Amino acid sequence: MPGLGTSFGRGGATTAQQDLANADCILIEGSSMAEAHPVGFRWVMKAKERGATIIHVDPRFSRTSALADIWAPIRAGTDIVFLGGLIRHLIEHNLYFHEYVVHYTNASCILSDEYGDPEDSGDGYFSGWNAEKRAYEGDSWVYKGGDLSRPERDLTLQDPQCVFQKLKRHFSRYTPEMVEKICGIPPDLFHKIAHCLAAASGPERTAAVCYAVGWTQHSKGVQIIRTAAILQLLLGNIGRPGGGILALRGHASIQGSTDIPTLYDILPGYLTMPRKGDETLQKYLDNYTKKTGLWSNYPKYLVSTLKAYYGKSATLENDFGYGFLPKLTGNHSFFEFLYDMLDGKMEGMFLMGQNPVVGAPNGRLQRKALSKLKWLVVRELVEIESANFWRESPEVERGELKTEDIETEIFFFPAAGHAEKEGAFTNTQRLLQWREKAVDPPGDCRSEAWFIHQLALRLIAKAKASDDPLDEPLRALDWWYPEDHLGDPKMEAVLAEINGWYTNPVATGADRGAGDGVLFGGIDRQGNPHHGPQVNGFAELKADGSTASGAWIYSGVFGRDGVNRANARKSRDYLGHGWGFSWPSDRRIIYNRASARPDGRPWSERKKLIWWDSEKWTGLDVAGFVQGKAPDYEPEVGAEGLDAIPGDAPFILHEDGLGWIYVPKGLKDGPFPTHYEPLESPVSNELYSRDTNPPELWFPRSKNRFAPPGDSRFPFVLTTYRLTEHHTAGGMSRFLSHLAELQPEMFAEISPELARELKTRNGDYVCIVTLRGAIEARALVSRRTRPLHLNGRTLHQVALPYHYGTAGLVRGSAANDLLSISGEPNVTIMEAKACTCNIVPGRLPRGRAFAEFLNKYAPQTGPVVLHPEEPQRDVMAGGGGHAMEGKE
Amino acid sequence: MENMFALLSKWPLVRQIRERKDGTGIESMSAKTRAMHARIDDAKVARSICPYCGVGCGQVIYHKEGKLISIEGDPESPISQGNLCPKGAASYQLLTHSRRETKMKYRAPRAKEWTEMSLERAMDMVAERIWESRKRTFVHKKDGATINHTTAICHLGGATLDNEENYLIKKLFTGGLGMVCVSNQARI
Repeated sequence: MPGLGTSFGRGGATTAQQDLANADCILIEGSSMAEAHPVGFRWVMKAKERGATIIHVDPRFSRTSALADIWAPIRAGTDIVFLGGLIRHLIEHNLYFHEYVVHYTNASCILSDEYGDPEDSGDGYFSGWNAEKRAYEGDSWVYKGGDLSRPERDLTLQDPQCVFQKLKRHFSRYTPEMVEKICGIPPDLFHKIAHCLAAASGPERTAAVCYAVGWTQHSKGVQIIRTAAILQLLLGNIGRPGGGILALRGHASIQGSTDIPTLYDILPGYLTMPRKGDETLQKYLDNYTKKTGLWSNYPKYLVSTLKAYYGKSATLENDFGYGFLPKLTGNHSFFEFLYDMLDGKMEGMFLMGQNPVVGAPNGRLQRKALSKLKWLVVRELVEIESANFWRESPEVERGELKTEDIETEIFFFPAAGHAEKEGAFTNTQRLLQWREKAVDPPGDCRSEAWFIHQLALRLIAKAKASDDPLDEPLRALDWWYPEDHLGDPKMEAVLAEINGWYTNPVATGADRGAGDGVLFGGIDRQGNPHHGPQVNGFAELKADGSTASGAWIYSGVFGRDGVNRANARKSRDYLGHGWGFSWPSDRRIIYNRASARPDGRPWSERKKLIWWDSEKWTGLDVAGFVQGKAPDYEPEVGAEGLDAIPGDAPFILHEDGLGWIYVPKGLKDGPFPTHYEPLESPVSNELYSRDTNPPELWFPRSKNRFAPPGDSRFPFVLTTYRLTEHHTAGGMSRFLSHLAELQPEMFAEISPELARELKTRNGDYVCIVTLRGAIEARALVSRRTRPLHLNGRTLHQVALPYHYGTAGLVRGSAANDLLSISGEPNVTIMEAKACTCNIVPGRLPRGRAFAEFLNKYAPQTGPVVLHPEEPQRDVMAGGGGHAMEGKE
Repeated sequence: MENMFALLSKWPLVRQIRERKDGTGIESMSAKTRAMHARIDDAKVARSICPYCGVGCGQVIYHKEGKLISIEGDPESPISQGNLCPKGAASYQLLTHSRRETKMKYRAPRAKEWTEMSLERAMDMVAERIWESRKRTFVHKKDGATINHTTAICHLGGATLDNEENYLIKKLFTGGLGMVCVSNQARI
């Protein structure tokens, strides 16, 4: 989540769900929280009971809108204009929280003279654009003088080169009239919302923002969240009770799976995966260690990770096993390797709890890609579409793929469910919550931990029997885990390694350390002493190999007292201290130094959280600041690490300790958010001559084409969403009778006006067509979707739930068959929430007639590249590079 | 006469007058009803968390002799306070429904049907596949720089798994095998 990460320092929600109850105003946008996160929504309702104003901005009127005070319909993919309009409004009318902005944000920082804004040129580019590489060179984006640690500042905010003045100019044309033209939100409604947010700002009041994938799944998803971050910094709402930005995450542990990533480009705790050229440990550490702020400790976290991975094989002499880590050579994210699969370059795949055939964009390509694998391992509760594509897919039905031609060898492992194994999920608010195991899994069902552990034992045994140098990392891997009766590794042993320990072994012999902090006797599988006492937090980690920690940000969850805090179940206060463990350091509201005035007193009695008591920071949460650092502390010239952060700078992960309204480093598509149209849009960009986000990754291919702006064949805007009764790609819901009965069939939400135009009635079948495919659904005609009026033009939006597929109790077309594969420049996320489509009344032809139908409405031959801003080449040679991003 | 008295004393009205009860309490229950109890009474309890969305509702899982009995919302959770949504409330069915797969299945290349296979054999075969694919595709150096990776084996998934499982996946796949194509539903 670089949107939040670059703005504030950490890639996670800034607050807790319960704290929403303290908000005076809540803006929900890019989410239908009442439907997709219903139980979390109770805290929004609590706020409303206490008098808060609830605002919902969404293309579709949902149950969230029904319970909100204000609903504003918006054209999908135009959120930056709406939020940018609010930013302009706050600045123009002097409604921002002046003292907070001056002291706690980088509004006062002076930019380099080289910085060029899209407003300067009007074409939509920042300075540093390299057209050949399709990438920005960000050198001109840094502060004046290039020093991120001690930027020059003008606390009057008047210097024309300061961030505040640049911000003012950047959004100067995002007027209420422009908001109406682009988003379809009328000025009176815009002003009503702007008034509510401005009224909930200041020492006595706060507002919160909630979003979900309605903001992230766009070609500028990170920048949409950035716009909200700027808004919240201007309103002074970060780090304070009832404020913050709550990223609503859609899976039980999706936050956990980025914190401890099964992602290609990071190591646990948001450490960077080494790249080609980061040849030695020293070179790598030099590249990623910051001089000031918390990231000055980078070497401690990285070396501790290497010690957790490679144990005794990680020594000072061998750079702690740094050479065992593979190096990246480009973008190795899902879409890149998907294209490698399509090209037959991928031999094998592991699929664990993900159903890309239904859940990922361009379903037809997904199914085709699986059929090109040599071998595939699927671990699931049920036989999902991604496990049976070789006999039940639409392509097999249509004769496009033949079962007997598909070479893929498939291993289907039945998985254990959540009650049949122990372990922790990290929820949407960074809270680790442990699940105790209730029963053994049935039959052959096993946990993922069992699978990986049993696979690791086999592979390590093979490596030990080989003398091939390429097996050295496997031989070095520290796989010490004790087992239970099924052969599962003991999960508290893994949690202890994640938390971290002193590496000097202390064998206690006891099964579970009795107060000495050494779990399972500190004995490895061979009966040898393995490790010492667990550390109490990441402050204890060292860069000399004397500590190990599998994920430094989780350190403290399982300290020296041997108490598994993820399994703590006695909540003591409204923030839930005593229930679970909230990373970092059990802090529930992060950046909470900002809840106090620069002088350390609370902003107000009503909004107090932590404060300075003349000796230390104290209050209702764990302080996110050096405990004894006084509010008036001024660092000495040349100070390093946390000592360089002044006593009134709450964002200690940033080198300057400030909240970043402007991101001088770390984003690929600009230091300020800028409006670009979705890759497929019915209109051109009103603000700039550039339509789409310049460094966007397009993944051009004949089966993944994009309609040009205003293509009359695809006049409607398509967006997708979740139902309360189904879950993502359906593996955990469509197979259950209770849930299947509640939402039995695929449908398309359209407005009565559009239904009249199409001569379609509620309940009739319609086909939805894009350049990628066609599906059928029942028309659900209601006022929940409404035509928008932009620039005197009427525009219709269509909303589709995306849960259905060809397996399970209830079946239906997969909405994702319509979507394109594309990659937002920072995180390679697809644009699933805004594209264009056509609607054709009637049923979708079956069998071979399908191809004829599709060709009629979306010709499948001809040029691959139809959008004028899409790169021209089709397939690049070699692994990776399919998205044609700037090559490294 | 004694018989008559015995008979009368069985009459609930008489019994209630003698015992000074109003007939709305336990005295109105039959012996069978009185012997009934909640099925969770002598069950064991596991504290758990809902496996669906990211809200993280608390669950109380009742089980007895290795069998699940019911899954309910945990009233002590500071987040969910005992509530579950339709999905969370269906999570007992998620684990016990008849369409759930409980047998290891194998599909040979070009085969039209699954065949059964033992877990042990399947694990051995998967280890063999990954071993061979890795040997075939491992790249030691590129442009003179050490990279030590393979891009021909990939992993997808993680947002529904436990932190500890994701940790082990990354440790083995990336740290041990040099797989860089590791991805899940999340986009940081």
